[in-house]
Order: sequence, then C-alpha cells, then structure tokens
Amino acid sequence: MKVEDFELLAKTVKERSGLVLSKDKAYLLETRLMPVARKHGLKGLDELSDQVRRRNETLIGDITEAMTTNESLFFRDNKPFDQFKAAVLPGLMKAREGQKRVRIWSAACSSGQEPYSLSMLIKEEGAKLTDWRFDIMATDISMEMINKAKAGIYTQFEVQRGLPITLLIKYFKQNGDKWILDSAIRSMVQFKPFNLLESLSGMGQFDIVFCRNVLIYFDQATKGKVLDGIANQLADDGVLYLGGAETVLGITDRFAPVPGYRGMYQKKGGTPAVVPAST
Amino acid sequence: MKSCLVVDDSRVIRMVARKILEELNFEVIEAEDGKVALDACNKSLPDAVLLDWNMPVMDGLEFLVALRQLPGNENVQVIFCTTENDLEHIQKAISAGANEYIMKPFDSEIIQSKFTQVGLL
Ligand SMILES: C[S@@+](CC[C@H](N)C(=O)[O-])C[C@H]1O[C@@H](n2cnc3c(N)ncnc32)[C@H](O)[C@@H]1O
Repeated sequence: MKVEDFELLAKTVKERSGLVLSKDKAYLLETRLMPVARKHGLKGLDELSDQVRRRNETLIGDITEAMTTNESLFFRDNKPFDQFKAAVLPGLMKAREGQKRVRIWSAACSSGQEPYSLSMLIKEEGAKLTDWRFDIMATDISMEMINKAKAGIYTQFEVQRGLPITLLIKYFKQNGDKWILDSAIRSMVQFKPFNLLESLSGMGQFDIVFCRNVLIYFDQATKGKVLDGIANQLADDGVLYLGGAETVLGITDRFAPVPGYRGMYQKKGGTPAVVPAST
Repeated sequence: MKSCLVVDDSRVIRMVARKILEELNFEVIEAEDGKVALDACNKSLPDAVLLDWNMPVMDGLEFLVALRQLPGNENVQVIFCTTENDLEHIQKAISAGANEYIMKPFDSEIIQSKFTQVGLL
C-alpha cells in the first residue's frame, strides 16, 4: 500500500479512536481493511483511501471498528475480580451504608464479559445486598460490540474462558451451541456506545471504574487525557482498575497504585473505600 | 510438580492433553478407561484428573463416583473433558463431584483457564 494512504488511514483511526498504528502495523491494516473495502464495493485500499479523503463517514466508522481489538473474556485475569469481592465490595458497603447505592463503569466493555462478570459477582453476594442498588454502566466505541454485549449470547469457546462452570450452569441457558445469559444478569447492566476521546463530564460520578486493556492502544498524551477525565468522574474514595499491562505511573499524577492490590488505583490524596491488603 | 491423570480412550486426545499439560508443568499419567484410572488412583492419588465421559469398560461418571469414595479424594480436582456438551450432563457431573467441565473441542487456553479455576495454576 502507498505510504501516503497508510499515513492517512493511521491518522484517521487515531483521530477517531485514539488507537495508534505504527508503520509495522501496515500488514494488519491491510488484512483488516480489505473486507471493509469489499463491503463498501471498493476495489482496494487506494479506492478506500480516496473515500476517506472525501470524508465518507460510514466508511470511516467501519474502518475504526475494524482496527480495534475486541478480545475479552469473563473474569479476565481473575485476581482483580477476587479482590473486588474480597476488598472493594466490603469497603464500599461500609462507606455507602447511608445511601446504599453504588455506581460502576466498565469503560471499554467490548462484548460484555467484563460488566457481566461484575453483575454475576454481585448477584452471588445475594442476601447481603438486598436493598442495595448497583448501577453498572458499560460503554464501548464499537456499536457492533455494544449490540453483541446487549444480546448476551456467547459461543461455547467464549463461555469456557474464565467463567467458572458453576456460574455457567446457574446463569446461562443453552440454545444449540450458543449460551444465553439470564435476563436477570443482563438487566443489571446498561449499555451504550461511548468514545473515550470525548468529554467524560456527562457520565456522572462513579465509585468504581474498570478501564482495562484499552489505554494500551493509545499514545501517552491520549492515555493521560483519558485518565485525567476518569479522575474527574471518580468519587474521592473510589477506585480505578486498569489492565495487567497498563499503569498510571509516568502518565498522570491524579492516580496512585492502591498498596497491595495490583491493577487497582486510587485518586491521589484520596483514601479508597477498600479493605487494606494484609501485608 | 503437580500430577494430572488423563483419562480418555482416544490416544490422540491423551497425547494432545499431555502436551498442553506438560507445558503447564504437570506430570502426566495416562489411562485409557475408567477402570485403569481407578486402579491408578488406588495406588496413588493425582492432584487432578482430566476425564472423558464415554469410554469402554468403565465410563467417566462411574469412575468419578468410585473416586469420590476413596480416602483423601477431596484433594483431587476432577475436570471433565467431553463431547457431552449439554446442560443436563454438566449438572450430573457437578452433582457427582466434578470440579470443572470442559466441552470439547478444547485448546490450551481453555485447559489453562479451567486449571486456574480449580486452583492448580
Ligand atoms: C481489548 S478490548 C478490552 C475489553 C475489556 N475491557 C477487557 O479487559 O477484557 C478493548 C475495547 O476497547 C474499545 N475501544 C477502543 N478505542 C476506544 C475508545 N476510544 N473509546 C471507547 N472504547 C474504545 C474497543 O472497541 C474494544 O472493544
């Protein structure tokens, strides 16, 4: 592909989603965008680039979706969810005893495994949490992912990665080789499309934010901007979860690691509503 | 080193499972049916059993029921690994004392996920 076409497409994708495509990703761009070109009746990446120059918005949307990685799994990395159950939930139940209301945001939810893991986990707490209200908001830039997440239908492969068998039996119904999540779990999550590059100020305040395995695709400046935006929406005693390969260190001073809990971050100067890790 | 008994009447499946489990640092023992597996368990209990359902001589469920009678069996994590992919079979296996359940086909990622689930990884 032509250098100027690569540069145009990479710039467009970065403007839209934050995703950085370095030159060594040219092959990835080609393999992922050829199907998009075909879908739009275009012969190849030359014609596709011309259309982008003419600001064909539907095409640009499809290009952006095709370039993002949507890989996700239930209870990804396990530990963060174990800690959520053991330390964050009890901490919050103490701190929010008055209002009995908790707001959680899954900020790049992909096909829904992350917010649904949280709803199952909360549901499993059962009686302890009756009269509590948990609002789980789940967003993603990809409309396709939001629709898939809302449907709550997973393949045999997807339900075998990370999901304990006891939860599969309890919360899923089988239909052929597909597994359909119970509406009681689905209705705990509110899904909508949202681009993290936009202003986060309309999102309201959250007690917990999961923003996992998405910042890794952004450059430093974009990471910093998104993290600062999240800090503004997070309660002073709230916590932020990042993915295993992500950090706030060297990017923003609005967050600091919560001692003893990997992947968990607190607001600088705040005291998180979390049971301290035993050392 | 943790040990895993792989019980399956297909040699090919045992070989594939062995390769994946050895990469995860398990010592692998093989058995081609439930009876052979039970004999092995009577001599020494493994940390885990990866268990097929349909096998000649003694099937996976019969083996599991017998295993759960042996002293010390509660430390053995049993993971079914079978083409019986319906909810009824899964429920039956769990009631009989299985700890996890893999629906074939499987790959190394699923094995890893399930062995993590039962606390062996
Ligand atoms: C690898 S998935 C992570 C899913 C889940 N959080 C997890 O950890 O398993 C990354 C998701 O980020 C989404 N994404 C990429 N850029 C985004 C942006 N600018 N705003 C919102 N979501 C974005 C992608 O559509 C994709 O679904």
